[in-house]
Amino acid sequence: MEKIIGEPKKAFMTGNETVAWACLAAGADIMFGYPITPQNEVMHYWTRLAPKYNRGFLQTEDELSAGFTTCGAVQAGKKAFTATAGPGNVLMQEPFGMAEAMRLPVLSIIQQRGGPSSGTVVYSQQEVTLTTYGGNGEGHRIVYSTATHQEIYDYVIKGFNIAWKYRFPTFVLGDGYQAKMREPLEMYDPEDKGIEIIKPYPLIGIPGNIGESREPQHLCNIYSLEEELYEVLMKVSAEYEAISPEIVEFEARYCEDADIIIISHGVVSRAADDAVKILRAQGIKAGYFRPITLRPFPQQQLRDVIAQSGAEHLLIAESAYGQLERLTKQEIYGETVKIDNLFMPGVGIIDYDIIKKVKSII
Amino acid sequence: MEMLAPATPKSWYLPSKPHKFCPGCGHGITLKALGEAIDELGIQQETIFGCDIGCSLLAWNFFACDSTQTHHGRTTPVMVGIKRARPELITIGYMGDGGGYSIGSQHLLNSAVRNEKVTLILVNNTNYGMTGGQMAPTTLPGQITETSPYGRDPESTGYPTRGPEFIAELTPEGAYVARATVSKYKQLRRLIRNAIRNQIEGNGFSFVEVLSTCPTNWRTNANQTWNFLEEKMEQYFPVGEIKSPLGKGDK
Repeated sequence: MEKIIGEPKKAFMTGNETVAWACLAAGADIMFGYPITPQNEVMHYWTRLAPKYNRGFLQTEDELSAGFTTCGAVQAGKKAFTATAGPGNVLMQEPFGMAEAMRLPVLSIIQQRGGPSSGTVVYSQQEVTLTTYGGNGEGHRIVYSTATHQEIYDYVIKGFNIAWKYRFPTFVLGDGYQAKMREPLEMYDPEDKGIEIIKPYPLIGIPGNIGESREPQHLCNIYSLEEELYEVLMKVSAEYEAISPEIVEFEARYCEDADIIIISHGVVSRAADDAVKILRAQGIKAGYFRPITLRPFPQQQLRDVIAQSGAEHLLIAESAYGQLERLTKQEIYGETVKIDNLFMPGVGIIDYDIIKKVKSII
Repeated sequence: MEMLAPATPKSWYLPSKPHKFCPGCGHGITLKALGEAIDELGIQQETIFGCDIGCSLLAWNFFACDSTQTHHGRTTPVMVGIKRARPELITIGYMGDGGGYSIGSQHLLNSAVRNEKVTLILVNNTNYGMTGGQMAPTTLPGQITETSPYGRDPESTGYPTRGPEFIAELTPEGAYVARATVSKYKQLRRLIRNAIRNQIEGNGFSFVEVLSTCPTNWRTNANQTWNFLEEKMEQYFPVGEIKSPLGKGDK
């Protein structure tokens, strides 16, 4: 594969610029996008970089079109991606549903903004429910929630690989803070780090002559009978469940003897990490648990951490009003640990907010 | 006695025949013309056929060509995505008037403006057939449908969309825009063939609206069906090439 970065190099840049470089390094062929804040600079950087590396771009008429053109390009065998946020993410749920139904390895970068409706253009963690379960189906998709620019770079590369390996639509879920702030990271060519790049392949327009060496490909996402759809869904569900253990990622720290475990994801987990260190210094036994994959969710891992620590409390902290909480509760149903929450929808959370909340609980 | 069977286009996928369209529906005629055009141009192997939701959906496995089925109105962007990704493929999108002129109109309009190198065939039967005969953008004034049970009133619902006319205005030179009818088969086949040839030559956006019949939802007999097509529809929607870079004398 084409070397983009050469020797691994330190960079200091915004998350959106990081996305563009990571897509380039991952071998993305084409981006389809439509302007919406706070993801715009993904397109700004991609449109500057793409022609130099013979990659494609199309600014479509809306997010429906961006999603469906991405689906088309992926069917034709190209590594295609899109990026969106907020109301654009709502519109894209229709093509994402098609990607789920037809098992299209579409990669999408979501930079969450405030909601509902136009909300704010700034920041939130309010697109968790939408990004994990937003389709008119079963949520057969893979969602990584990143916390740092290094992770944006790493998980964009991984996202393409996972999408093409397992053929489920894959998401890198960031937010406005990660999109717009600058921070240091190391950029690299993935193969230099021993990362195998999964090659894309066409689902239509495939090699061989129809009627001679192969049958025509007839892709569809609609079925005449309930039983036909049922059979497909049960098969896809079983496949999704079977691969989930290979995909699930999480972080757990200071949990072994914790009295209270703070659960957070994305950029909020950085505040949680700081808070836990400060609380520990003050003699409060706090632990840290962060799902990196929100779909599939590290269910067993969280149950194990709760069991091993014997913690009496969970504190779920998020920049939304209970979206991570609902996701977590459904995954750990039956656990008897007390669950408290720190819901700050649409605003940032800092270590102080978490520390104050923890002290009010124990 | 030996049966005289009509010739079947080579590009048809025989296991899906007989097709599933209603008796008297114009889709079969349109798809026969498309099949013959694909055969004449010798492009079966590199053709990607895409269909919408609605009655056009029933064509999802109609051809022995690689095919994909999309959502209502979204065939246009899927075809655009495929063509942008693999320009060597011949992309043919197939949709109804609801998909093209209503729910997917933004895609049709903007892909025309961008002069995307795709071929789109839009079947106009003046109603939403698959969903049970509702009013469409192309429903004629006074026409009775399930959602205009007293006849379409242009005062409250506007006049029928003349698609090829507006697409001709939006597209640059190089685009191909025409309207055909299932009542004039040879012309239908020629205009569809031209619309594909125009893509092959890389000239620009290529669009054919096909006036078609829907006796099931029109609740018409054979005579009434044909009369509505030839007398009402063809009067409101003039048939012929509106824009062509292919020059005259193409028969």
